[in-house]
Formats: sequence, structure tokens, C-alpha cells
Amino acid sequence: MKKHVWRPLFVVIALVVGILLFRAFYVPADFGIQERGYTFGYHRLGNEQEWKNFPEKYKGSAYCADCHEENSASLVKSGHGVIPCEDCHGAAFNHPESPEKLTIDRSRDLCMRCHVQLTMPSSQRNDLPGIDPQEHNVGMECADCHNPHNPSLEDM
Amino acid sequence: MVEQAAQVAQMLVHGEAWTIKDLFVLPNEYVYWSIQIVLYPYMTGLVAGAFVLSSLYHVFGVEKLKEIARFALVFSFALLPVAMLPLLLHLQQPLRGIHVMMTPHFTSAISAFGIVFMTYGVIVASEIWFVYRKFIVESIHRLENKQRTGIDGLLLLIYRIISLGATDLSPAALQADHKATKILAGIGIPVACFLHGYAGFIFGSVKANALWMTPLMPVIFIMSAVVSGIALCIVSYAIFMWLRRWALAQGKNFFLPDQLAGTTNLTVENLKEMQIHETTMTAKYLRIFMILAITLELLDIIFRGYTAVKSWDILRQVIYEHDFVKIFILQYGIGNALPFVMLLLPGLTTRRACVASVLVLFGVFMMRWNVVIGGQAFSLTFDGFMEYHLPIIPHDIETFKEGLGGVLLVFSAPFVIFYFLNMIFPAFYNSDDKAH
Amino acid sequence: MKRREFMKSAAVFVSGAAVSVSALELLDPREVLAKNPDLRWGFLVDTHKCVGCGMCVKACKIENDVPLEANVTRTWVERYVMTKQGEVFKDSPDGAQHGYTTKRIDQNHSGMKDVADEDITQAFFVPKLCNHCELAACVQVCPVGATYSTADGVVLVDRKWCIGCGYCIMGCPYGVRFFHPVVHTADKCTLCYHRISKGGNTACAQACPFGARKLANLRDPNDPVAKIILTQRVGVLRPEYGTKPQCYYIGLNEEVR
Repeated sequence: MKKHVWRPLFVVIALVVGILLFRAFYVPADFGIQERGYTFGYHRLGNEQEWKNFPEKYKGSAYCADCHEENSASLVKSGHGVIPCEDCHGAAFNHPESPEKLTIDRSRDLCMRCHVQLTMPSSQRNDLPGIDPQEHNVGMECADCHNPHNPSLEDM
Repeated sequence: MVEQAAQVAQMLVHGEAWTIKDLFVLPNEYVYWSIQIVLYPYMTGLVAGAFVLSSLYHVFGVEKLKEIARFALVFSFALLPVAMLPLLLHLQQPLRGIHVMMTPHFTSAISAFGIVFMTYGVIVASEIWFVYRKFIVESIHRLENKQRTGIDGLLLLIYRIISLGATDLSPAALQADHKATKILAGIGIPVACFLHGYAGFIFGSVKANALWMTPLMPVIFIMSAVVSGIALCIVSYAIFMWLRRWALAQGKNFFLPDQLAGTTNLTVENLKEMQIHETTMTAKYLRIFMILAITLELLDIIFRGYTAVKSWDILRQVIYEHDFVKIFILQYGIGNALPFVMLLLPGLTTRRACVASVLVLFGVFMMRWNVVIGGQAFSLTFDGFMEYHLPIIPHDIETFKEGLGGVLLVFSAPFVIFYFLNMIFPAFYNSDDKAH
Repeated sequence: MKRREFMKSAAVFVSGAAVSVSALELLDPREVLAKNPDLRWGFLVDTHKCVGCGMCVKACKIENDVPLEANVTRTWVERYVMTKQGEVFKDSPDGAQHGYTTKRIDQNHSGMKDVADEDITQAFFVPKLCNHCELAACVQVCPVGATYSTADGVVLVDRKWCIGCGYCIMGCPYGVRFFHPVVHTADKCTLCYHRISKGGNTACAQACPFGARKLANLRDPNDPVAKIILTQRVGVLRPEYGTKPQCYYIGLNEEVR
């Protein structure tokens, strides 16, 4: 065969070398096969740390109890003791620095999440006190009568 | 509540604009793979099919296809970049598309895309180089000895670069070109089949999707690819020939290379004869591949219905109820049965072959649609449906890319590319030497 | 337990060695075991305890910067209602981020469905989240290595490397993945990797008043949640896909998919 037939091949080789060179420069050094092998662990290792550094917003009820000892203690004794503070008071973020004040959700909608009566046999929902929102004191806020930290009217 | 609705409108997630959910569908389920993913296998199919057609002549020496083979090769090259376009339009991060080449994760079917695509591109480009080397060198000589206008100068520069300095036109050298063409076309067939078969694998290997997951998928895709590729070659070949005839009769020459290559000594009658001969011959091969493609597709449906595993209940509803018109009327009826009969009837004319081919192209497009969109027409839970609505009027860049605008862009791109490519590699150039 | 662990390690080592002989596997299994022998995150959902308040969904979205108004979510709660007539109704309006406050069942395009109380035979809620599968289908299909399993078994997405092809979304049999409307890459539950890596709990589990959702270290025999998974009858979602989900459920039944 005449030698000229190899010329396209040289172009291809040059192209491949070019791509490989670019790849060496472009791909981060920590990209590779990690613990879980090629199928499940081929990735940029630095990303694991990036996810670990993701900012936390919810701090947990113990964090609240550090300062708001009284409120926390009163809640624990009531039927609402199982509810984490931040479910109603909102995520703490970096409270008390930022935000300085949390916005408390006192809406009827919030209470309705648990206390609308649904027929749910085979679910714990059936055991919770439930109302029909179309019948039960329409237009009023729940907190007008019920203290969220001690909701049972008999205990009040 | 009103305020909330306003916010929702501002925060449309990908897929929400064109998906209508019915009954129970998981919160994150949308038609994520929309029109561009319909076009992607369609366009790769056309590339692969056009290449297989050209190889019928180059490898198996089907002399009758000589004229259309050269056209199919150049057209296949023009289609090649367009096969990539839908993917780029679909990616949420198109600028990172290069990552497929940088860190390929070969357990994924998509990862092979960059490499297979490049390999295929290189093979087609090299084959064109060998087929056109004589023409390139001759063009250099001709342009050098001529008073050059600006465009001539540019052409000369392009020819000089792509000749790669190989100017030997001795019979031995041309013989070597011929041999190389044959080898490349031979390698090209499996690579073309792989390029498209693996597009089928992308779908066939998704175990989460009850409609897609079948080992038949790659084979079905290859067959329908060849069908659509041949059909497109028939249609576009016939159209370009009509244009040439018209141009010749008018004494105009819109196709620059005809003039350059000195083939304008053809008469209108010559062209007509050539056109009818090539289109009807090609139509024969179209029929053969159509039979294979339809057989496999029907086998798939029959098998699913007969085995009737858990997912069949929802698939049956999608196939026989929700998508009945799209599958049985548009795809099988208008797209397969009707053109098949048209091609079988005796006395096939160019015009009839063309109309049939257009219907076949439509049928294959509907097949891609029914696979890609149909596969997302039902929830992963088998308890609900999703309906896809192609965005017609774009509201933003996303509804343009994944809407009618994107479709038109993708469909028109190969013809624009071909127009310019044809100036450098005249697809209708008739050389009298037997080599190619 | 010790003996079982040993057998397990031996099995891992032998199979790992066999594979590396065939030059398919590029890692040394001893290194794997040495690096993280005691940690494999898992999750336990008790469907009896869930009341469908959706506080977990809200907390997850706020904690992980998934906009509340976007109709995608990393975790959600489904409602199942079965009737005497043998019908099964399911819904999950907005992923239940506002909870379930009506008896009417959201059938999307088909409107709201009323089911009479007396017809209901059983009804319950099922919280869902990423199963952090041992053999994650979504990871296998990522073409660029942008999603992966960590050594401690959490499936994450690299937001700087993801090309947004959506193959992982298609590949997940559980529908837990979506395109993040702000970041525009594939997104999913990280099991609050930023919290659990510092010894904390996931935001969803912490927000749940009823203990329906619990984080577990499956390798720690003293972990109370891992104990439940080991000693009680628990199930996983759609085991037929062979992904080995690591989110275990108490009280599953056939209708839950």
C-alpha cells in the first residue's frame, strides 16, 4: 500500500493525543476510583467534603433548650412534648445571631396537619384527636383557645 | 393560596411545563426525556442508515447503488454533527458535555457516546477523504491554474489543508485509496450499527422502565435506523436531483461543484434516468429492512402481551388506550403498512418512492416518539399516567429547546451543513474512473 | 455477630481478590474494610407511626435548599386508602409538604376523589426518600461519574460535575431524583450527609414528632435502629430491581410500590 494512506491515521492520533493532553489538564486531580470501585465510586473525592460542609439549618430541640429552658420544660410535659421546637418555631439557622427572631407558625393550617380527622385505620393518625375543619370553630385560630405548649383544654 | 400559586408559576421545574399528570404519579416524576431525546436516536439512526446504504456499494459492490452511495456518504457526514445537537440541547449543563470524554464512566451506556461518536466521525471523514482524494488534488491543480476570486482562494486553502499533502495520483496510489475506502466502509458498518445499537441500549438497559427494558431494543433500533436512513437518502437524493434537473433546464447553476467538476455536460434526460434508476433500486433495499424492523417490533409487543408480567397491565393501557392512535394508526398504519404497500405495487415511480419514503420517515419518527415518550407515559408505581404536550410557542429558552423550535432547528441543520459540505465534496460528482 | 462479621469480611475479601485477579476491580478490598469497617448508613421507616403531617418534607426542603414552591422534593409522604370494593387510591399532593388536611384524594388530572369513611378497610401513610441502594442503578448509569456511593453508603451528586442528562433520573426505580430548579443538575436526598457526618440526625427524622423515620448505622450491632432492622420483619421497596435498597420499612404491603 502507498504510504499516503496512513495520513488520516496520523491526524487521528494527533487528535487523540490532543484530547488526552487536554484531559490531563482539565480533570481535577482528586477525580478517580474511590472506595466503592469503578461502578459505584468513580467520582471527584473533594465533592464528599463539599457536601459535608453544606450549612445546617435545623439545630434540634436540645439546642433550643440551652437558652429557653422554661419553655422547653413546659412543653415536654404536655401532649405536644413529642413535637420538635423547630416544627412550629421554624428552623433555627444561626439564631440568636441571625435571624435574631424566629417567625412562629401559629396558623390553623399547621395544626391541621395532624388534627384534621381522617379515617386512617392501620395508621397512628386515627389515634390523634381530630376535628372537621368545616365544623370546628371556622375562622378562628387554634391558638385562641388551645395553648400550643399545653393543648388539652381540660388541663388548662 | 393565590400568592402561592403565583410562586409556583415562577418556579417551574424541568419537565413541568409539558407534563400533565393523571391519577397517582410520584412527586418527582415528569417527562424528563422529551422531544430532543426523541430526535437523538432518530438523527443517529439517519446517520447510521445513510452510512449503511453507502456501504452497500463500497463493500458489497452493489453497482446499481453507485450514484446514491456517494451522496449517502457525504449526507451521512452532514448528519453526524446533528446527531449530537439534540443531546446538547437536552443537557441541563450543555457546557459540561465534554465531561463525557473527560471522565467516561463506562458502566453507563451514555458514556460511550463521546468515543463511539468520535470513532465513527473519524471513519466517515477518512472514507470521504479516500473517495475524494483524487478530486481534491485535481481541484488544487485546477484552482492553482485559474484566476482566483475570493471564494476560489478559500476553496484552494481548504483543499490544500484537507489534502494532507498527499498529491500522488499514480494508478498505484489510487488503487490504494480504493482499497482503503473498502476497508473503512467495512469497519464502518459494525461501528455504525454499534453507534445506533447502543442508542437502543441506552433505553433497553433502563431496568426501572417497564416499556424500555428489553434486549430486543438495540436490534429494533438498528433496523429502524437503517430503514429511516435509506428512506431519507431516497427522499433527499430525489429532491436534489429534481433541483439539479430544474437548474440545468433553467441554465442556472446553484450547485457550485457541478460546474467545478465539469459535469454540466449531462442532459436533463440523463439526470432523470439516473434519478429513477437509483431511487427504485434503493427502494428495494428499503423494503427488505422494513420487513425486518416491523417483525421485531411486533415480536416485542406480542411477547409482552403473552408473558403479561406485572407491568403489562399499565403497558396495555398505554399501548391500546392512551397511545393507540400514535402507535397503531400513525406508526404502524401510516408509517409502515401504507408505504410498504406503495413500494410493493408494480411500476414504482420516483414520486411514489419519495412519498412512501416520507411516510416511512414519519413512521420511524413516531416509533421513536412512542418509545421515548411512551416509556414515560406511565408512573413508576404503575398507578398513573403522564401526558406529554410539545411546547409550540416558546416562553423561555427551555420551552424553545425542548419544543417545536428545537425540532425545526435540528431538522433543518443537516441540510444547511450539506449545502456547504457539498461545495467542498460534490456529492453528485460523476467521475468516470471505476475506482469509486 | 463477630463470627458473622468475619465470614462477611472473608467473603468480601475472597470475592474481591477473585475479581482483582481478573483485573476488573481496581481496588484492594482490605483497604475498603480498613477504612470504614464500622459504618454503613441505613434508614428505617415505620409506616404505622406516620400520621402524614408532612413536617419531614418541609424540614427537608428548608434544610437542603430545595425551594418550597418547586414541585419536586427529596422526600415525600404517600397516602394509601383501600376500600371494601377492592379499590386502591393513592395520592401525595405537593409531596405532602403541607400535610394531609382533607379526606379527598388528589387524582391529579382526574380531579379529587371522595371516599366514604365506611368503605375504607385500611388506610395509611408511607414516607419515601432515597433508598441509598447498595447497588444503586442511578450511579451505574451516570455517564461522567458525577453521582456515586460513598464508603459509608450514601449516594451523592457532584453538582460541579453533573452534565444534566437525566439518565440517573430515568434509571432510579423509586423516582427519588429530579432536576434542581435552581442548580440545574440532578438532585436527590443526601441523607443529610452534612449532618450525619457530624454525628447529627437527618432533618426529616429530627422533624418527625412520632419517630416514624430513623437513621441507622447498619454495621453497629448496638445501634438500636439497626437492631430493629436485624430482629424484626422489615421490608424494602421493589427488591425485584436488584438494587439492594438500604431504607427499610415496617408495615409494607403489596400496594406500596
